[in-house]
Amino acid sequence: MWIYEKKLQYPVRVSKCDPHLAKMLIEQYGGADGELSAALRYLNQRYTIPDKVIGLLTDIGTEEFAHLEMIATMVYKLTKDATPEQMKAAGLVDHYVNHDNALFYHNAAGTPWTAAYIQAKGDPIADLYEDIAAEEKARATYQWIIDNTDDPDIVDSLKFLREREIVHSLRFREAVEILKEYNATQKVF
Amino acid sequence: MEKQDPSQWRVYHPYHSPFDPCPARPKHFIIPPNETAPFQTSARKQYSPHEALRKGTLWPDYYSPYPSSVRDGGAE
Ligand SMILES: [Fe+2]
Repeated sequence: MWIYEKKLQYPVRVSKCDPHLAKMLIEQYGGADGELSAALRYLNQRYTIPDKVIGLLTDIGTEEFAHLEMIATMVYKLTKDATPEQMKAAGLVDHYVNHDNALFYHNAAGTPWTAAYIQAKGDPIADLYEDIAAEEKARATYQWIIDNTDDPDIVDSLKFLREREIVHSLRFREAVEILKEYNATQKVF
Repeated sequence: MEKQDPSQWRVYHPYHSPFDPCPARPKHFIIPPNETAPFQTSARKQYSPHEALRKGTLWPDYYSPYPSSVRDGGAE
């Protein structure tokens, strides 16, 4: 089970009315390397991974939902007061005709999220290397979004999220090391 | 601008033809500290709790500043 805390993991402030930024951020919402993919991938893989790293997948998978909520907050703040004309000018008219100003799980190009983005191979090393790659791809996506915005408050939150991907990658690498040692540390009675 | 860490950046220069339309630009990419730093130990230097919350990591060894003037062609 989960316990919900009604606050964001890190503050999200938006200093400019810039719906176009929402179009970029949605990549991390419903994109292949976004937070939804990450959360669902890890929380699903944890059932078939050696027990010493189950907790890690639970921790990181849960944190990814906290990141998803931060991205959702950014997108919501950037679009909630946008007029249809502003949505159109921001390249969001395709989104608007289908969803009004509601959020939806698709990437920056409008492709809807699909479970085909993620994998559970049942092979612990294969799964952990997928997770490491996913973290590096998410980190890179944050870099390219940061490169394309001059909103200092959004950049501040995105830098935090990017750093978390670096730490997640590190921790998945540690998990690989734990798996390598598995037999050596097994207690035989 | 926060403190840069040029040691996290690498550069390469792909072939540039005299017929290429745009001026050549060196290509920068980052090697984040998760590639090189040793795994977490209790002896590691730590940020204060408040700074750690801001930065997204408890350990300076794992901190990777971005954006970087290295990539923008500022510092080398
Ligand atoms: Fe992550």
